[in-house]
Amino acid sequence: MSRYIPATAEDRRRMLDYLGVGSIDDLFSGIPEKVRQKKPSDLPPALTEPEMVRDLKKLSGSNRHTGEMVCFLGAGAYDHFIPAAVDSLISRGEFTTSYTPYQPEVAQGTLQAIFQYQTMVCELTGMEISNASMYDGASAAAEAAVLAATATKKKKILWGGTVNPQTRETLETYCWSRQLEHRELKISGGRIDEADLRDALAGGDAAALVVQSPNFFGNIENLKAMADSVHGAGALLVVSTDLLALGLLEAPGRLGADIVVGDGQSAGNPMSFGGPAFGFIAVNKPLMRRMPGRICGQTVDRLGRRTFVLTLQAREQHIRREKATSNICSNQNLCIVAASIYLSLMGPAGIREVGEQIMSKTEYAVGQLEKTGKFKRAFPGAPSFREVALIADEPVEKLNRRLLEAGILGGYSLEHRYPELKNGWLLAITENRTKEEIDRLVAVAGGEA
Amino acid sequence: MTRTMETVFEASRKGRKGYALPKLDVPAADCGAVLGDACRKEAPRLPEMAEVDVVRHFTGLSKMNYSVDDGFYPLGSCTMKYNPKLNEAAARMAGFALAHPLQPEDTVQGALKLLYDLGVMLGEVTGMDAFTLQPAAGAHGEQTGLMMIKAWHESRGEGHRNKILVPDSAHGTNPASATVTGFDTVEVASDDEGMVDLDSLKSLLDDSVAGLMLTNPNTLGIFEKHVLELTDAVHKAGGLVYYDGANANAILGKTRPGDMGFDVLHLNLHKTFSTPHGGGGPGSGAVGVKAILEPFLPAPIVTCRDGRYTLVGAEERPKSIGRVRSFYGNFGVLVRAYTYLRTLGAEGLEEVAEMAVLNANYLAKKLSGLYPLAHKGCCMHEFVLNGGPLKSETGVSSMDVAKALIDAGYHPPTVYFPLIVPEALMVEPTETEAMETLDKFAASMEAIVARARSEGPEAFHAMPESTPISRPDETTAARNPVLRWQFED
Repeated sequence: MSRYIPATAEDRRRMLDYLGVGSIDDLFSGIPEKVRQKKPSDLPPALTEPEMVRDLKKLSGSNRHTGEMVCFLGAGAYDHFIPAAVDSLISRGEFTTSYTPYQPEVAQGTLQAIFQYQTMVCELTGMEISNASMYDGASAAAEAAVLAATATKKKKILWGGTVNPQTRETLETYCWSRQLEHRELKISGGRIDEADLRDALAGGDAAALVVQSPNFFGNIENLKAMADSVHGAGALLVVSTDLLALGLLEAPGRLGADIVVGDGQSAGNPMSFGGPAFGFIAVNKPLMRRMPGRICGQTVDRLGRRTFVLTLQAREQHIRREKATSNICSNQNLCIVAASIYLSLMGPAGIREVGEQIMSKTEYAVGQLEKTGKFKRAFPGAPSFREVALIADEPVEKLNRRLLEAGILGGYSLEHRYPELKNGWLLAITENRTKEEIDRLVAVAGGEA
Repeated sequence: MTRTMETVFEASRKGRKGYALPKLDVPAADCGAVLGDACRKEAPRLPEMAEVDVVRHFTGLSKMNYSVDDGFYPLGSCTMKYNPKLNEAAARMAGFALAHPLQPEDTVQGALKLLYDLGVMLGEVTGMDAFTLQPAAGAHGEQTGLMMIKAWHESRGEGHRNKILVPDSAHGTNPASATVTGFDTVEVASDDEGMVDLDSLKSLLDDSVAGLMLTNPNTLGIFEKHVLELTDAVHKAGGLVYYDGANANAILGKTRPGDMGFDVLHLNLHKTFSTPHGGGGPGSGAVGVKAILEPFLPAPIVTCRDGRYTLVGAEERPKSIGRVRSFYGNFGVLVRAYTYLRTLGAEGLEEVAEMAVLNANYLAKKLSGLYPLAHKGCCMHEFVLNGGPLKSETGVSSMDVAKALIDAGYHPPTVYFPLIVPEALMVEPTETEAMETLDKFAASMEAIVARARSEGPEAFHAMPESTPISRPDETTAARNPVLRWQFED
């Protein structure tokens, strides 16, 4: 018997006797003979814990990782510092091995954590209502597009070519499946081309513009101006952003956003080869009852004590079935508990300081790289945050190979997605990088071409 | 579990902090000047707390939760089995947790091999030809699978097929997933044994039907004995059949959806393959398909070419439905599922199904004197109690019983689902519970039912009493939504 099953042979015999059946196989008699599995599954032999640890060490050991390399790669996953308290707390079994708070009396811990997370998202985004989280930023953007189409009763979604390519691919998939049209806006100076936006809005048939800021190149889009033209055309402004960036950047809600979505990995979650982390979505009151996913609310118990519950469930699949606002019936709960622990440790001053350090280090890195005479900014006019698009004087693959040999994980090669950016190199600089690391990057990158 | 707690916002004291960043070692940029209007003017009101405050706060919150690590959690259809600690350690190994998803492939061969091997093993266990590990949850997997069904019909010039058939016993997620994929849902009636009525199904099949979604064993915990006839009938009508793997724990090593005629399925790795539920996520809704649907899998997929693992994107897979999220899925969850599978092997998986089913039948029989069972004969990994008669006789509802169970030290079963059983209590003990746990639970149930009979509903209204709060006022919560902390300005 596997070590995760407590039943002994004696237990099994007593249970079978109680049931009055001769063998366990008799319990499976409901499965028609024709579909019974005739031979055991062809799987590798079971491993004991010491053997398993050896196998895992071999697998994980054959990966390089950002614990031993200096990471300047971003493009949707970021190497931020995570205080030890975060993992220590989310490792508690009461957080890890509980489920959806269907019984609020025994899930106040999870529910209050969600409520606090929702508040933090509202504060950071400048919006009135947040849900309990989404799968990730890309699917959150897609859900926001669908929400906008339902709310405006229009069927066309616009997005910038400056949106993360993986988010755009996810948007395309969701639009196809929901029978929505879409149009990708041109790029000008590393930001959405305003003339193309005006042209796309002119028909009055757009449900939403999805804009990412900081965008895929790290550039800050002109949200305020876009909000005015988008609203003028009867569409909604969906802003995709990054939770941690909002410690320094203006809240999109203050700039006219109708829906704010994004990734929260940057706040307290490891990159983990791309997941799990979480996405967030926030709206204002008019869209409240159209929100996808679960939402936690405050109420009182029968004795008047403050209590948290899942609420507005009339939107959700277990009540509304095919009429639900979405099919989502979970949240990335443990990841948002991690984020709310991170944000509680950092506080407003901490995330501001993180943002300021990122800006300072990015300026420094770009300045030093420019001094080598081998790099220039791809979009000199646009302010950027945490990521900056550079043009190298050699193929990025060659550059990154040289860096890798020096233990440095280089930036993302832009040329594949943006052929017009030949030798384009998207560099990410978090607060986790030191001057010494940046100087090493510059020395190796600026070395022999 | 004795008291409610202040929020982090109430605990906040101006000037406290729980972090220290290294001193800035490069010249400070003038953020305001660089960012202009894009620079934040007003600080977000995040809490200001010392590290010790944060640790005590979240430790306190955790103590208000009931979890599998605390005790018996027979929440039907959720497969709340024990989650091995080794799997947690595995996901935290630096080569996994600290790997960037866009590293050069040569530097992540271990991660790619893990994904590849996990896909192959899940394919073997389910009888499917290929897997995607991208979907983040069961519902996301359903959506992905239905998108593939849609794309398949479109590729054959049959894009007009717009109906998905769903049994009335199904999880609400099924019809919701059909809607978000642009399908109309048509409900199929159950027969008096709780199985899909074959004749009802046949009467609904025409050339507008894209497919059927089926949970097997179904939500009553019984195996659809006509499964081959059901899948065959749908295929003959030109449709495809989707297997909702919510209940796959019951069939490991015993039967495979791929051998029952299913074309596409999702597995909840957080149920059957024991990755922890995390209070509601993250999970994983891995999707398996038969060869006919393989070209439609979301991009990218992991493949092995000449002993080297590589990601194949949409440019090489023109029929792919595209991406359903960023990167490759909830990798950390997949590491846990991989570890679980390798730890158990084929024999261990079969034992999982056997003990899950034995435990369920044992407990069902123990409770059968208290409640009518919604199934006849043997159940699979779970069973549904009909709480209707007890309610009529005593006025005590299944929700009352659930709250009494909390005071007895248990997480209650799923209540009021499936919808086709009145006052349903859906019980899934899982394989990781010992016989004496089941005996004690049955004894608690017996005591609760006896009390219902002797004292009536009034005795239950104050329950639970052992928890930080008692029953919440959910009506007020929905009518006057308070969805975030209200600061006193």
